[in-house]
Amino acid sequence: MSEASHLDNDQPLLVADGLAKNYGQLAACRDISFSLYPGEVLAIVGESGSGKSTLLQLLSAQLAPSAGRVSYRMRDGVLRDLAVLGEAERRFLFRTDWGFVHQDPAQGLRMGVSAGANVGERLMAVGWNHYGKIRDSASTWLERVEIDVGRIDDAPKTYSGGMRQRLQIARNLVTEPRLVFMDEPTGGLDVSVQARLLDLMRNLVSELGLAAIVVTHDLAVARLLSHRVMVMKGGRVIETGLTDQVLDDPREPYTQLLVSSILPP
Amino acid sequence: MTAMIELANAEKTFTMHLQGGVELPVVRGVSFHVEPGECVVLSGPSGAGKSSILKMIFGNYRCDSGRIGIRHHGAVIDLATAEPRQVLSIRRSTIGYVSQFLRAVPRVATIDVVAEPLIVNGVAREEARTRAGHLLRRLNIPERLWTLPPSTFSGGEQQRVNIARGFISDLPILLLDEPTASLDAANRAVVVELIAEKKTKGVAMVAIVHDDEIRHLIADRIVDVTSFAAAA
Amino acid sequence: MNAPTYNFAYLDEQTKRMIRRAILKAIAIPGYQVPFASREMPMPYGWGTGGVQVTAAILGPDDVLKVIDQGSDDTTNAISIRKFFGKTAGVATTTSTTDATVIQTRHRIPEAELHAGQVLVYQVPIPEPLRFLEPRETETRRMHALAEYGLMHVKLYEDIARFGHIATAYAYPVKVNARYVMDPSPTPKFDNPKMDNCAALQLFGAGREKRIYAIPPYTTVVSLDFEDHPFTRYRFDAPCALCGADNSYLDEIVTDDRGGRMFVCSDTDFCEQRQAAGHHGTERAAPHKEKAHV
Repeated sequence: MSEASHLDNDQPLLVADGLAKNYGQLAACRDISFSLYPGEVLAIVGESGSGKSTLLQLLSAQLAPSAGRVSYRMRDGVLRDLAVLGEAERRFLFRTDWGFVHQDPAQGLRMGVSAGANVGERLMAVGWNHYGKIRDSASTWLERVEIDVGRIDDAPKTYSGGMRQRLQIARNLVTEPRLVFMDEPTGGLDVSVQARLLDLMRNLVSELGLAAIVVTHDLAVARLLSHRVMVMKGGRVIETGLTDQVLDDPREPYTQLLVSSILPP
Repeated sequence: MTAMIELANAEKTFTMHLQGGVELPVVRGVSFHVEPGECVVLSGPSGAGKSSILKMIFGNYRCDSGRIGIRHHGAVIDLATAEPRQVLSIRRSTIGYVSQFLRAVPRVATIDVVAEPLIVNGVAREEARTRAGHLLRRLNIPERLWTLPPSTFSGGEQQRVNIARGFISDLPILLLDEPTASLDAANRAVVVELIAEKKTKGVAMVAIVHDDEIRHLIADRIVDVTSFAAAA
Repeated sequence: MNAPTYNFAYLDEQTKRMIRRAILKAIAIPGYQVPFASREMPMPYGWGTGGVQVTAAILGPDDVLKVIDQGSDDTTNAISIRKFFGKTAGVATTTSTTDATVIQTRHRIPEAELHAGQVLVYQVPIPEPLRFLEPRETETRRMHALAEYGLMHVKLYEDIARFGHIATAYAYPVKVNARYVMDPSPTPKFDNPKMDNCAALQLFGAGREKRIYAIPPYTTVVSLDFEDHPFTRYRFDAPCALCGADNSYLDEIVTDDRGGRMFVCSDTDFCEQRQAAGHHGTERAAPHKEKAHV
């Protein structure tokens, strides 16, 4: 499928409507509304404590909002409020139509289980029951994320940081999700490793027509991966727009500060 | 309207919050239009706002007031108020932008960098690569370089790759920001040729060119940006 | 007779009622692990405290009790538990599988087919089949609740990737009544097919982990596998050296210090019955080799 067919789709995939989260007196997220369309990559940027990770948890239904709601268009084409989904449906969504790439691969992988089984687990969870086919699919995905297929039976605890992150991506994409959440996907990696990972993610996202919500404090990641960006500060979205628009022509004082804080390449 | 681009009283001001909220007016009252098959060249001294206008037409700079009408899929869309998704759609199938500098994608072969805009619009990979090869040959990029990423090339070579990438598609609007700046005479002539071919195909173009000779070769009309200078 | 200082079958009546309630619930939800207030028993954990509590709760004065450990009636553990109930409940005991009404077992299912009315009580060390892959109890409970069993196949996948076949030889996971995945306790997988559609009631007690679960009579029990790596049971490729049986599960007995060994039925009652009926083995040493048994 070409990227075009996804971006021209006029029905939103995910809709956030007046989302808020309070921790006692503290408002971690306030009044956040937006729509994400199929094939669209949205970056959420802001400094630590700006509420971007809380927002990601709200959007991925891991945290219940204090107000507002998140709706998702299921594969049957119906937009449904995530809060009224049963836990079984939510978890099913999480291992089929969604992916979640954690900053720390140890959170997203089974570190003591072989790479092949890490990738195959989601397939087995949806009822694949043929070892040969599961293994073939795992091999294909390892190749796509540029991991030597000879390492398929090694556990990720024997992998380097960059390989672990790529394995985590393969594990998430094997069920061909339509939406992937990423929490600082390049955090904690060497610069050279980051570049390779970003390039890989950029290609996969456009080849598969994935929609993605990427939380990052790194504006370079936002520029390379995303179509659209939301700048957060103090739990609010203070500026939003096309990524190059916001980064080349920032309007808000805080966004200007963020952009001007980047060292020239 | 039949125009591909129609600007009416477009205005742009930068507010520099980090400098105590200084307002930096760039342009105001920008009004001109571009017909299909026409190349409009923006003129004026540097700092007059030529690049800013080009970036506004591409949706890269936001327009503070006024209107930037773009004919997209038969309808007119106002870029000043368009949704991000519409802007992306316009960039994919209506407006191409050839900047002075290639924003190199790491690890991707030159031929694929050039072919990408076609592939994104649904052209088969092999055909896209064939057409990319044609253009690269015309622009005198040796075939042995095609499989290498352009990030290692010289400035002039990178610019020619960028031109190839910009001219390969069949988009009805092209924005050219100094496309011949660091090219030798032979390659400048190729670019002039490419622009002439686009005109015969009805492509509307807006260009910034400093070289007087080139300007006369390509311009159908010249719009003097000085009149839009926003004196504070 | 009943030892005067003990209540019938050692446990007090309230405790037995509590355990019976757990058992009833377990029977109602085949394969589901029911928590219960496991008591301290006069034996260490790991010696069958779960099985003993279940047995104590279901035993009546007319029951005939058989206790086996690894198929054998005459190992220390089996004899101790049999004596324990002989002393505290005064019930009749037997070594005959057919004659027993309650059979408490560790690590085997008898070879002789069980019949309606019998109860097989398993001693269980770790009841949670997902435990070694998912250490969080909260998470494994949720997985059972939502029937998310992909992880169980991850374990089998790992076996094949590492050994070329499903190497899990005991505590081989099963799906009960097409719903709950269950650990059949550390019985050899050779015994798994005997659990399926069994005429007897099967009860599982885990004392340390405080769980009881059950398979009611005539319930479907399926061993998990892959289409291209189907479940297979294995036994040593030899007839029993004592009774000549070629369809029973065998124990390996080392006979000298030069590598000599012989294989005999692990189910002593089965072996003795066959010998009494005139079957004899060759008593010769056999090669150490396993073979699929269909």
